[in-house]
Amino acid sequence: MNRLRYGLLEHRGTLLAGAVFVVLFSVYIANYQTGLNAAVATTVANKGVLLAIVAMAQTLPVLTAGLDLSVGMVFVLANCIASAVVVGSPLETAFGIVVVLAAGLACGLLNGLVIVYGRLQPIITTLATGAIYYGLALWLRPVPGGDINSDLADALTGQLPGGIPSMLAVLLAVVLLVWVPFRNSVTGRAALAVGSSEQASYMSGIPIERVKLVTYALSGLLAAIAGLLLTFVTYSGEASSSIGGTYTLNSIAAVVIGGTSLMGGYGSAIGSIFGAFVLRTIGDLLFVLDLDPLWQPLFQGMILLVAVSLSALRLLKIRNRLDLFS
Amino acid sequence: MSALVVALRRHTNPAILTAIGCIIALLIAGSFYSANFLSPDYLLQQLQVASFLGVVATGAMIVILLGHIDLSVPWVMTLGGMMATASAGWWGDVGTALAIPFGVACGAVIGLVNGIGVAYLRVPSMIFTLGMNAVVQGLVVVHTGGFAPQDRATETMHELSTGRALFGLPNALLLWAVLAVAMIFLLTRTTFGRKVYAIGNREKAAYLSGVDTRFVVLVCFIISGAMSALAGVLLAGYATKAYQAMGDAYLLPAIAAVVLGGTNILGGRGSYAGTIVGTILITLLQSILSVMQMAEVGRQIIYGTVIILMLLTYGRGAKTQA
Repeated sequence: MNRLRYGLLEHRGTLLAGAVFVVLFSVYIANYQTGLNAAVATTVANKGVLLAIVAMAQTLPVLTAGLDLSVGMVFVLANCIASAVVVGSPLETAFGIVVVLAAGLACGLLNGLVIVYGRLQPIITTLATGAIYYGLALWLRPVPGGDINSDLADALTGQLPGGIPSMLAVLLAVVLLVWVPFRNSVTGRAALAVGSSEQASYMSGIPIERVKLVTYALSGLLAAIAGLLLTFVTYSGEASSSIGGTYTLNSIAAVVIGGTSLMGGYGSAIGSIFGAFVLRTIGDLLFVLDLDPLWQPLFQGMILLVAVSLSALRLLKIRNRLDLFS
Repeated sequence: MSALVVALRRHTNPAILTAIGCIIALLIAGSFYSANFLSPDYLLQQLQVASFLGVVATGAMIVILLGHIDLSVPWVMTLGGMMATASAGWWGDVGTALAIPFGVACGAVIGLVNGIGVAYLRVPSMIFTLGMNAVVQGLVVVHTGGFAPQDRATETMHELSTGRALFGLPNALLLWAVLAVAMIFLLTRTTFGRKVYAIGNREKAAYLSGVDTRFVVLVCFIISGAMSALAGVLLAGYATKAYQAMGDAYLLPAIAAVVLGGTNILGGRGSYAGTIVGTILITLLQSILSVMQMAEVGRQIIYGTVIILMLLTYGRGAKTQA
């Protein structure tokens, strides 16, 4: 019983985000003309999974009390690389995918190296490296274009036998292959410890530098996976700073809605996935509720603002005023 | 003599010196490229362009000194420009006369909401101002789409950002100079300034010392909002009209200017002189890269690399140790 209570408490952020998503999505489906069918689910999944994986990428540095403002640009860069190399025979395609993922890993590793050995603040470092990655993307794709292996693209953006969107399967694979091993490894545990208190982690003999390097590198890898998937959805590459910027900002919002603390040390990438789907569903919801398109951005912003302000409820529980400032 | 050395040590910091060194290096490099680079006309024009960024950086800096950040800059700038131009359309002559104060006041109101969210609701500033940016964007969309407001800048706005009233100096530069003097006075000669630094270092300690920290944070966010809107008004005057997303290109350069000027991104340390130097450096860098007709590709890469390299020389944090 105690175990259960502890489990609930530990995962309350994720559970809450999941519950909000289920409620919003039910309202959405109830108001959608055709109800839930495979085609609707596939459309929703194709849009949601991209942000979900970028949000996972953002979660890792946030757990260590850092931040990665370059995730959106790595996402765009991977999109541009993929539109050039993921073509041709199955073997060439596979090689192209490896190139894209390696590029993402390299970008993340560069962030980590500058932050760890350069001892610069993550915010400003990733801001600057983001400009570099965007420049590289623009160099590859001065104008939108390129191509992608269309068989693979059709398979990944379509449905599995049984009507399940393939994108959801990809998301599940990413969770099982990246997040779960990371979270259960010593490094993953250490990342949370570093986020809680770097001093205490240092005193406990945690290899802080290695932990941070792994975290940022994985973040780059995840962002590149999302960029690769974007190419499968759009069939082309585009170096757009507004796409990169929007994804970076939305990823932070998704992480917060998913219950991860921006102060570090608490949270989960699973929560961020739900956070991303919540954000996406809000947009769709306003559409099916027949709200004047003119007012949609305003409502979307208001909902986001109210959602993040809900954390203010913790103020009600504060007994000692000094706790306000921690 | 030794007194002089001590005084010099105290009043110079490596960030500002490095940044000044970079500015000189950029000017020399530019002068090889084109003789125009060292002409007073070109320099004044650069300073005029720098003033817009300088106004934004002023607001960004005071918030960063607290250890917070204001990500609502892009759309608050747009809001400021749009409200100023729209006021002239709505209220005729009175509106035209009050266009600039009205635009700035709208920015201050957004800053007030930001301040309430961050200081009193204790929502992390990064996420609250991000949400606020989305809300303001929504407001601007409704405003332009629903009411078809006037977007032409008034004469005064145009004059303020492009005119040269005094000794041939650009008005925008004079405005920035006035703001700079006011900021330096505020930060170094008033108790309010001391409180800002104290909160940036440790809010808890400032609170225990009797500072109404939440109120100070609120006021700083109002200043930041007003500055963003003022920059929007200037930009609208410069471009002769207000347009959507006009502030998008200002958020990151403003933060970069503040940090390159030696202000700690975590708050508590930094001087306004540094911000001035950082602003000029960023503007010159952008200008030289565009004069050399460097493609956007090279510009972005060099821009990012320069920021990292400069910070590596003087902005490094302390090593974690027991």
